[in-house]
This record gives sequence, structure tokens and C-alpha cells, in this order.
Amino acid sequence: MSTSTLPVSLRSGTVAASGRRRSTRLPLWLVSWLQVGPLALILIVLFALPTILFLVVSFYDYDRVGIYPAFLLDNYRELLTTPATWRVYVSSLRFAFIVWAITLFLGFNIAYFLIFHIRSGITRTVLFLLCAIPFWTSGIIRTIAWIPFLGRNGAFNQILMGLGLTSHPLTFLLFSDFAVIVTYVHLFTLLMVGPIANSLSKIDPALLEAAVDAGASRWRTMVDVVIPLSKTGIVLGSILVFTQVMGDYFVVRQMSGGQSASIVSMLSTQIQAMEYPPAAANAVVLVIFVAILVAGMMRIVDVRKELVK
Amino acid sequence: MTSATTKPVSRRAVLGGLGAVAGSGAVTGFPTIWAQNIKDVVLHHAGPPVTAIPAIAEQATKDLGFTVQMQASENADLLNRFLSQSSAIDCADIALTNQRYLIGRNVLQGIPVGKFKYWDQTLSLFTKGEYPDGRKIIQQGITPSMVLYATDATGQKVTKGGAASDFVTGIPTVTNGDTLGIRPDLVGRKVDSWADVLSPEFKGRAAIQDNPTIGIIDIAMAIEARGDLKYGDKGNMTKAEIDKTVDAMLETKRSGQFRSFWTSFDQSVNLMASGEVVIQSMWSPAVAAVRSRGIPCTFQPLKEGYRGWGYTLGVMKHVDGLKLDCFYEYMNWYCAGFPGSFIAREGYYSAQPDTARKYLTPAEAAYWFDGKPAATDILSPFGKVMEKAGNVRDGGTLWQRLGNIAVWNSVMDEDRYLTRRWNEFITS
Repeated sequence: MSTSTLPVSLRSGTVAASGRRRSTRLPLWLVSWLQVGPLALILIVLFALPTILFLVVSFYDYDRVGIYPAFLLDNYRELLTTPATWRVYVSSLRFAFIVWAITLFLGFNIAYFLIFHIRSGITRTVLFLLCAIPFWTSGIIRTIAWIPFLGRNGAFNQILMGLGLTSHPLTFLLFSDFAVIVTYVHLFTLLMVGPIANSLSKIDPALLEAAVDAGASRWRTMVDVVIPLSKTGIVLGSILVFTQVMGDYFVVRQMSGGQSASIVSMLSTQIQAMEYPPAAANAVVLVIFVAILVAGMMRIVDVRKELVK
Repeated sequence: MTSATTKPVSRRAVLGGLGAVAGSGAVTGFPTIWAQNIKDVVLHHAGPPVTAIPAIAEQATKDLGFTVQMQASENADLLNRFLSQSSAIDCADIALTNQRYLIGRNVLQGIPVGKFKYWDQTLSLFTKGEYPDGRKIIQQGITPSMVLYATDATGQKVTKGGAASDFVTGIPTVTNGDTLGIRPDLVGRKVDSWADVLSPEFKGRAAIQDNPTIGIIDIAMAIEARGDLKYGDKGNMTKAEIDKTVDAMLETKRSGQFRSFWTSFDQSVNLMASGEVVIQSMWSPAVAAVRSRGIPCTFQPLKEGYRGWGYTLGVMKHVDGLKLDCFYEYMNWYCAGFPGSFIAREGYYSAQPDTARKYLTPAEAAYWFDGKPAATDILSPFGKVMEKAGNVRDGGTLWQRLGNIAVWNSVMDEDRYLTRRWNEFITS
């Protein structure tokens, strides 16, 4: 919600709307408040208040039977001095980076294919639907479905053994980092395809022709024209994938069989033990960390400006 | 729910005259309070999925004349509901370990022992902290006597040394001794010790529960069985003991021993049924669930003994008047046999096994409680064959199992430190 653009747009509308405004007698400031109101209310109730709550609780003292108002830094000190915390952040970042690279590669290529190679609008819609329809089922089901497929006696191992490619079932397929990454890629590639396809569809095909006419190779056209113009989509998709992986709990726990942990699964162990203040501290650190990451990505491209173009 | 609490005035007015009726009706069986007034009462019963079974609520509603509703949730979710939304619940299955969190927090009220008809038939390991042969039960972990007897009607304090009193924090309902589950067809040798879960022979095929309080006790049983460490109290470890245990666990994990760490009932069933895992910490109903799929699975008795646990039925502080009378009715119904027979078929024991026996067929009672070969096919609570005629239950008789408890489920004094170290183990 940009405060600088709001008054300008209202001022430009003043002359044309002056007659109507007099009849309804709504003062300008009230109009602004009404416009901002619904979203502000949702954000305050569902985001700001809970965030403030766990920020406050993160400084509390606690024991088995309750939490006690206090201003202690112990929860943060314990969190930041435990090797487990650093390990789990490194591990989550590693997952996020690998998944980001794979989904970006897949997502960009799928989007490019859909936008520039498919000429027929109907075919494109059908292909888009093919990408999207699996996402109408729950993520939990799509995650769990991999387990019987990748298991020791699962379908994939049976195929491999049936083809004589391996004599023993491959156990690294399930309850491993491999399984986690496969599932993430499956779940999150569409988050890349959507925004990138949106950006690509705004590129005037004449620009590509002009580039070719001017003697640019396909590669140069891609690097100098297509990628810069789809930067918004790439950054948006990247933000979605990064935040999903960093905030994940379910996939890591299910697919690594509890062998790897995510930041949130660590937090969940604390909640299971009724230790709310350290869990809150954990959440605060995660929110700050992800906010810095997203802010960094936003610096690369001004998504707000690009979106209204 | 609100309907029962918003109009207490009229109900309580009626109740004054009702006391006499209720008292005189006590001999005639269910329901003993006046049916006209109780038909609007709804009793909300919360518990874990293994005991908060809708079929039990349906039967209670049919037998008692008021409505019982079951609400199932797991572990911390359940405890959270007790602590933060106890007014939305009327009574609950409370693990002995959860009592540690609830006593003194104005969540529950005391229950007068005199209101309970089956106290004499309740297992002495709850009521006296001893076995029928007079042996005292082991004092490791949270034992029944540590949380059972309250000093007064408020139920906010337990008696010194677990001395018997006229009030209890909850009525004992369910108990069992947990052990390792194995796939007898896949382990390829005799398994008879907790140490086997750490044996390199089962590398990549073992699992434990991803729950600090229970997981570490299972591993401590294994480490002690291996002879590496002697614990003072496995249910209440010192920091040094926690460190040694977690360090050993880290080493075992690095060697690739564990295939998985499970968090939910169905995960443990699927790990075993699919053969991903051949030896793991497990619950009795999960073993039954694997078996009713036709897959061999044994709840293997181990020479070091069992990890015991128990549940009590407690009533929330806000319940009063007619509803409280209804709760007492329900409590007596609950321990009169039907629910006990239901959970017996899951492999658990009712704390009043003699009443449960009446609702089991002679063949079932002989199989589940007496360690005798099944005279007929034995069905799971949901009607599937889980044991063929002629087979014997693993673990033998009720007292062979419950008489051999080596440690009780626990909440340790150092639980804060334990959670930190457990997270280290899981993230390594």
C-alpha cells in the first residue's frame, strides 16, 4: 500500500467526481480509509496481531506448567547458540537453493514453451490446465503419494529390478534428501510457471522479431530481451518457492522420514513439549530471516512497479 | 455445548429435588437420574484417537439417555485443548504424564472415590501402586500413584507420597505395557532385547518415535540392555544421562541405523506394513492394524520389560450440577465393561479388566487377557480377522505383561534440556 501514489490518483479524480461526491457527502479522507480498510483489517487481525503476540511471548519465561511475562533474552540465546539451529538453517537454505534452481529451470522452460511455441490459444489453455489440475488436490496427498512409489518395495524399485537395472532395491529413494527434493520440485514448479508465463505473455512478439532482424542469435535474444523482460515473473516465482521451502514442515518430515529437519519441524518439537516461548523466538527469527531474503530479491527488481505496467 | 451451560439456573433448581431421586435410583442401573431432565445434556469427551472412539460414544448415548460426543486429537494438540479450551470439553482421557501438566492449573476437579462403583475392581497397580502378589510397581517415570490421589475435592494437589485419599484426579481407565514391534518374517532371528533396535543387523530397517519423552526412554532401555550405561531413573534422567543417551543416538543415526522417525499412528503402521522397517517402537493397536492387513507383526516381549503407561478419565472444573451427575453416570458406565472390551480388542487393558471380560466372548477373554490360544478367529475392534484360531497372543497373560513394567512414560524434570538435545538429534 503505497502512500505516495494514493493521494495523486485521488486528486486527479477530484474534478470529474466532484459532483457525485457532493451528493454522497463522503469526505476525501473517509474514502481513503474505506479503500484501505478491508485489507488493513485483514492484515492487522490475521498478521500484525499474531506477529506481535509471538514477538512478545518470545521474551517470556516458561516452565512445564505455564508461561510468565518477562523480558528475557534466554530464548534467543539458547536458539542462536544451539548447533542444531545453524544446521537446520543451512539445511533449509540448501534445500531452498537446489529446489529454486530446478524449479526455475523447469518453470522457465515450461512457461517459454507454453507462451512462445504454442500458437493455438486452445492448446495453450489445455496445457495450462494439465499443469494446474493436479494442484486442485491437496498438497498432503501429492506428498504422500510419493511414498509408495519410492519405497523399498515401491513401484519405482520394482520397475528398476524388473528391468534388471539393479539387483537390490535402492533405499536412498525414500526417506532421504533426494525424496524431499523430488517432492518439493513436484509441488512448487507451478509456482514458477505461473508468474513467469504471466511476464512472458506481456512481451510483444514483435520485439523478438526485431531482435532476430537486427541479427541477434537465439541465445542473445534470450539473454538480452526475454530474460530481462521476464525478471518480474522470475523474482515473484523465486520468492514463492523460497518462502514455501523455508516455511515447510510437512514435506521434510514425511519424505525424509524425520532424518532431516526443517526450521518449522524444530519449532513443532518445541510446541509438542509445550515450550511456547522458545518456539515463538524460533518463529521470530524465521520471519526476520525470510523477510531479509525477500527484501533482497525485491531489490533486484521493483515488483510493485513492474506489476502495474 | 452452550445449551447446557446457558440455562443452569432452571436445571439446578430442579436438581435440588433430584438428589433424592438420583440416590434412590442408584440400585436400578442406568440411567439412575431422571431421564426427562438429562436428555438435553451433551457431554463432550476428548481423548487420543485410540481411546476416543465414536462407537463408544454411540453406545453410551444409547445406554444413558443423554448425549456423549467424542473428540479425538493427538499429543500436544490434546494437551493444548485441556489447557486453553477446557471449557469446551467436559471430560477427557488424560495420560498420567499429562496430569503432570494439569494438576494445580484449575483445569480439572477432583472426583470423590465414593462416586465410583468399580474402585474395588480397579487394577491394584493404580489404586495401591502394587501388583496383586504384593510387589511394589517400579518407580521410574510417572507412576499412577504420583498423580492419582488428590488432597481434596478441588483436585489441585496430589497427596504426599501418593497416599490413598477420598478424591482422585481421574478414574483409571486404560493401561498397557509398550514394547518393540517386529516383522517376524523379516527380522530373520530371535528378537528378545531392547538392544536389538540398535543392533547393526537391522541397519537401515529400524525406527523410533519422533517424540522426545517417549523416544529417549525406548533408546535408554536399549542402551541399558546393551550394558553401556546404567541409569538412575530412565524416566527422569539427569543432564549427564541425557547427554550420554543423545550422544549415543547421534552416533547410531550417523551409522544409518534408522530408516525413519514416525510421528503418527498411521505412519508407524505403514512403515511396518510396507517392510521399510522391521523393528521399531510401536503401539499395540498399530500392531493389530498391521496384522489385520494379513501381514505378520509381533508386539515382541523383551526380557528387560515393558514401558508402561496409563490413562485416567478426568472431569473439567466447569462441569457442575446435573451435568456433573451425568458425568458420574458416564464414568460408571465407562468402567462397566463396554469401552473396556472395545480397547481390549486393540490390545490395551481396561483398568477394570473383570468388567471388560463380561463384554468379551470367552474366546476373546481367554486370548486377550489369559494368554491362551485363540479358540476361534480373533477379530479387531473394527471386525477384521487379526488372529487365526489356535495362535497365542504375544506377551502372555495380563499380569505377565503389566507385571513386568520396567519404566513408565514420563515427563522429566530436565524436559527443557531434553527437547533441545532431541532437536539436535533430529536435525543432525
